[in-house]
Amino acid sequence: MIKYLKNEEKIVLSLRSLYTNYGYLPYKMNKFEEYDLYARNKDFLVSDSIITFTDTNGKLLALKPDVTLSIIKNATDNKGVKNKMYYSENVYRISGGTREYKEIMQTGLECIGDIDLYDTYEVITLAKKSLEAISSDYVLEISHMGIISALLNSISENEDFCKEVLECVGKKSAHEIKAISQKYDIDSKDAKLLCDFVSIYGEPTEVISKLEKMDISEEFSKCTNELKQIAFLLSCEAGYDKIRFDFSIVNDMNYYNSIVINGYINGVCECVLFGGRYDNLLYKMGKKCQGIGFAIYTDLLASLNEKTSEYDVDTLVVYKEGTDASQIKNTVEGLAKEGKSVSAQKCIPPKLRYREIIEI
Amino acid sequence: MINVALPKGRLGEKVYKMFALCGYECPSILENNRKLIFENEEKGVRYFWVKPSDVSIYVERGAADIGVCGKDILLEYEPDVYELLDLNIGKCRMAVAGKKDFYDDHTKTLRVATKFVNIAKKYYQSKCRDIDIIKLNGSIEIAPILSLSDVIVDIVETGTTLKENDLEVKEEIIPISARLIANKSSFKFKTQEIEKISEFLAEQVKNND
Repeated sequence: MIKYLKNEEKIVLSLRSLYTNYGYLPYKMNKFEEYDLYARNKDFLVSDSIITFTDTNGKLLALKPDVTLSIIKNATDNKGVKNKMYYSENVYRISGGTREYKEIMQTGLECIGDIDLYDTYEVITLAKKSLEAISSDYVLEISHMGIISALLNSISENEDFCKEVLECVGKKSAHEIKAISQKYDIDSKDAKLLCDFVSIYGEPTEVISKLEKMDISEEFSKCTNELKQIAFLLSCEAGYDKIRFDFSIVNDMNYYNSIVINGYINGVCECVLFGGRYDNLLYKMGKKCQGIGFAIYTDLLASLNEKTSEYDVDTLVVYKEGTDASQIKNTVEGLAKEGKSVSAQKCIPPKLRYREIIEI
Repeated sequence: MINVALPKGRLGEKVYKMFALCGYECPSILENNRKLIFENEEKGVRYFWVKPSDVSIYVERGAADIGVCGKDILLEYEPDVYELLDLNIGKCRMAVAGKKDFYDDHTKTLRVATKFVNIAKKYYQSKCRDIDIIKLNGSIEIAPILSLSDVIVDIVETGTTLKENDLEVKEEIIPISARLIANKSSFKFKTQEIEKISEFLAEQVKNND
């Protein structure tokens, strides 16, 4: 039966089994959510255009543009307890290229509660295993928003400067940072420090050793140490060579405060996995707990390694007008029992590609 | 194999020369024909000529691993790519220009004709100025002359076209030059090759300064 599944459906199936093995429970949600939830957290959303409508009670609803917010809303915070959930849902967003609404299939997981180092590691390793389930040729990138924020805070408190530099870090544009530093009268030593920071990426041990040489602040060292501990846990397992530390993954600091991750598959031109730790978002939503999770854009994987079938059906059965229905039934059933796909037609459909033809 | 999208025209030819000097030559590109794709298997490089404003699309969508395009295109379309290097060529500026006797009356909505809608919108938004954007695709300079707009937002290289049409630069928005860009996913899987090209080009930029 599995052969009839599309590539992305097969992937979703294996991801479900992976998440279930780690104790994550399936989470099914309604297609609609109250618009207010998104209006209050608009900056957290990838696209700020939301499809809204009024329900029969006059309440403004939205076709959900995001899954995380709904899961957080319903999560409970008890000390020591973690809510571990996975989902496979469609979200509705404006596509960057066409500026039109698109239905996007997402599979992902969230771990919300009393999060510790193990949970962070578990989510990262599950992200790695998820990419492994898609292709052996992948890269999982890890960044730490705390490191970037500690570095920026040590240089300037000017919000505009920090915002512009953050954008350049995301684009790996050292030349732009130089220009911005001049614009904001930043000390040339600090400007060089920022430019050098952009070029720090790659194999975890190498990156950690470069970070440890930078004497920035206590907060910077604390975050570096967290990355180091995660690298150590990951180093004990297969696929460590696919892990990179890269600070060009920059997410909104108002929501993400710590680890952020991105996953890439060779052959797919966009990032397929997005995630991170979003304690600040939980705090904004009145929760005392922490949260980490990721989502995979499974629709991006549709074309990956999928061979286009040469034929639409194995056998085309063409029968004449007035042919006995039982005779057609027996022919079709006989072929189907042999495991062939059959299409019974009165004439040859113009665009149908078939392996063999039987005329009765 | 590294796929490189080059902007058709003078800038693209200059950029190719820089790549060739870095050791990524592809002599067939200099042949006078209508071919758009050129490959040097030995050097592991494939070039294609595309419309300058399309370079970022080819790179963002992964058809090209790297490419060269103007900062104006990056600011206008905001593609999700890495901007690795300022090549310091194709230098010009994005500016607001108008008739010599133009007076900016802040009690009225400013009519702005431009090809660069996003850049113009952001610039005036930052100044809290109410504007009416008129999107044009060419011959922007005649808009103020025919009273279609009060000012234009456009690229100014030498200023000759403006002068010949009795216009002048009123405000400079941002300096523009050619940038080396890379597809984010390609950068992950071809890191060393892309870094090598970027470093070679950076060396040339430094030498040209």
